[in-house]
Amino acid sequence: MTSGERQIDRIMFGEPASGRTSTLGAVKKLELDEGVAAEARELARQVCRPVEELIERHTTVAIERAVLRMCGLDGAVGQGVDARPFANLVADTVRRQVGLDRGVAIPVFDLMIRDGLSITEVARRVVSGEARFRWPDDPSEAREAAEEAARDADSRILGRRRERDELTRRLGDPEKPWIYLIVATGNIHEDIPQAQAAARAGTDIVAVIRSTGQSLLDFVPQGATTEGYAGTYATGENFRLMRAALDEVGEEVGRYVRLTNYASGLCMPEIAALAALERLDMMLNDCMYGIIFRDINMKRTFIDQRFSRMIHARAGIIINTGEDNYLTTADAIDEAHTVVASQLINERFGLDAGLEPWQLGLGHAFEIDPDVPDQWLLELAHAQLVRELFPEAPLKYMPPTKHMTGNVFQGYLLDGMFHLTGVLTQQEILLIGMMTEGIHTPWLADRDLAVENAKYMVNTAKHVADEWWPPKDGRIRERAMRVLEETVGLLRRVEEDGMFEAIHAAEFADTSRRPDGGHGLDGVIETAEDYFNPFLELWDRGRRAQP
Amino acid sequence: MNRPKRHAGEVSRDVSAAPVEAASWGLVRPYGDDTDDGKVQLSFTLPVPSNARAEAAARDLARQMGMAEPMVVHHKAMGPAFTFFIVYGSVDHVVDLDTLQVEERPYPILNHREVDRRVRQALGRRAVVVGASLGTDAHTVGLDAILSVKGWAGDKGLESYGAFRVINMRSQVDPAALVERAVMEEADAVLVSQVVTQRDAHIHHLRAFAAEIERRGMRGRFLMIAGGPRFDPSMAQELGYDRIFGKGTTPSEVASYLAWVLGERGDRR
Repeated sequence: MTSGERQIDRIMFGEPASGRTSTLGAVKKLELDEGVAAEARELARQVCRPVEELIERHTTVAIERAVLRMCGLDGAVGQGVDARPFANLVADTVRRQVGLDRGVAIPVFDLMIRDGLSITEVARRVVSGEARFRWPDDPSEAREAAEEAARDADSRILGRRRERDELTRRLGDPEKPWIYLIVATGNIHEDIPQAQAAARAGTDIVAVIRSTGQSLLDFVPQGATTEGYAGTYATGENFRLMRAALDEVGEEVGRYVRLTNYASGLCMPEIAALAALERLDMMLNDCMYGIIFRDINMKRTFIDQRFSRMIHARAGIIINTGEDNYLTTADAIDEAHTVVASQLINERFGLDAGLEPWQLGLGHAFEIDPDVPDQWLLELAHAQLVRELFPEAPLKYMPPTKHMTGNVFQGYLLDGMFHLTGVLTQQEILLIGMMTEGIHTPWLADRDLAVENAKYMVNTAKHVADEWWPPKDGRIRERAMRVLEETVGLLRRVEEDGMFEAIHAAEFADTSRRPDGGHGLDGVIETAEDYFNPFLELWDRGRRAQP
Repeated sequence: MNRPKRHAGEVSRDVSAAPVEAASWGLVRPYGDDTDDGKVQLSFTLPVPSNARAEAAARDLARQMGMAEPMVVHHKAMGPAFTFFIVYGSVDHVVDLDTLQVEERPYPILNHREVDRRVRQALGRRAVVVGASLGTDAHTVGLDAILSVKGWAGDKGLESYGAFRVINMRSQVDPAALVERAVMEEADAVLVSQVVTQRDAHIHHLRAFAAEIERRGMRGRFLMIAGGPRFDPSMAQELGYDRIFGKGTTPSEVASYLAWVLGERGDRR
């Protein structure tokens, strides 16, 4: 039995929420047509299969750089966003001298063995222009050395995972739904006190939003950074600093505070590697988001997402997918089914990369237009539909942004309605909206008020999901079924046309992208017969990603 | 006393509202539940622990701001070092509406048919509009609201007008790429949208585009229009733009502006 089908079997029929601490337990209320749901999943499998065949035959510069980073290569020439990281310099030089179609590992470890160098010393030779890489006649020794380095990296990643398990046991794991809040000052040293203040106010998850330009950088900036636009650059050092700060405040507040960042854009696998090594807990990681919203080439994105998800799977990281953004560009009522279709595709790619259902923090959101009669009912229907389709996924729920205005009083109410909907439909991760988000980046008081708002609904409606059942022939059930049927219709079209053509035809988020357009295509490399990536072997291409 | 029908600085969202004219506006004070009672509400944070001294500080601040009998109706500790306050009170201040300098919209809001008629009359062809979010800004919400057929709050975007040919370059567009596209398409107007404001990124990007136009000696080739929730429309001239649209702007306003200004300017091709 596949994991996709197993999920459906685990839906509880008419039982109240289970006592499992790790999940709220989805309750089946909509009496969805199981045949339609199964068909949607099967279509998602068929849609993903040809893409996965393409993934299997390719690597990217970012994947090879992630291999180098996990094998211990850190450092750069220069600092911050002006840095030229060693990982880039080494991968580019290997590409120039030997090619990357057989992977970066053998040429690098071959040079290490030949000249008795550490991986950092290899990078220094690259910087000074003295490095001469080759493909050895007998690669077996380099291969063994790379495999050993990969095993070391793997045990460090598993060590971080165990550390998280121990901390959640000792400090206490917060009850769900988890309250998720964004920090975005641009300066890591400002982010830290703000994140700690948010944790003290009751936040369970701190997300450090990245600088808006970062997704299009084909390298990871280096070191602690203090300048960013609408966010702070994701760097290994920034991850380390924030992790330490949240561990510190976690001891103070007596619960584990989770840290989130973004494994998206052109450096998806590298950032996943840094997150695994620095014990981040959740990562934004979507199989299509970069294509649609950042115009990153679709081949690059699909290939990168696979390896990044293997790393997340191994590190025990929960991924958050980006469907909550679709309806900011597309119409919430007419395009709701595109969200569900994308979730099914994200689920398929995720499971195939080795993620467990509990690691699939599928994102979603609806947009409550204050002027549309009954739109809250449609919202309720959608949220419950997603809950029932993905009973084990720690769904991430994001409040409306399109209808947030300068009227902060209405904004506060909208956010409150959203939290209530989240509790009613057992969403597990509540991304907390700010009443001032239409105005400025949040002030200290905005965050505090937002957490107060969320806590109010989470507390006062704590068990409402057990007490609420939509009527059998009511509008909510009818709407949910319709969205599900439209999802099947869309997936059928995508299956017939192929994923690339469907994206080109703007089936998702009303946005068209060309298969050979967008950023980063030059970083995609077709692999040779003897391609070698020690982590792919170690984790059996995702089939052995779980410890 | 004459009451204004709408707030002096507000950009009207009512598509039928023409500029309001009156002989005299008179004096005005805030209204709570009684004429001229001067009631206002205020919220703020002080970087002090929540205690009696903090509350006194909040009252003192409100008094200095001109609130006669400030009432601290809510205070809450936010961590060990900050306190949040909500204060109500009355202000003595009076505003003389007749002395205010207010920029009224110089053009009427038109319906689709009238926009189309006027543009065709002015150009004898469709007007070409190129839009983009510049630089690091990845947000296209505002741009899409103005340009896409879907539009905003039931008000359809420029794509829905017969009079406009719209090219939406979406987000993270380089200023030079925008100029090149505008030249290639023989644009009549370029729309620059900016949402992100951190470290004044929105202003920075607007200047970068204006500088690029200047560098190429192309000023006047097409209308330069900027829009975004944090722009002050009065900054247009200083930044070198023909017009800046602020928060709450509807597609109708932009379409009506284009119909008006193209009519005034005529064809520049």
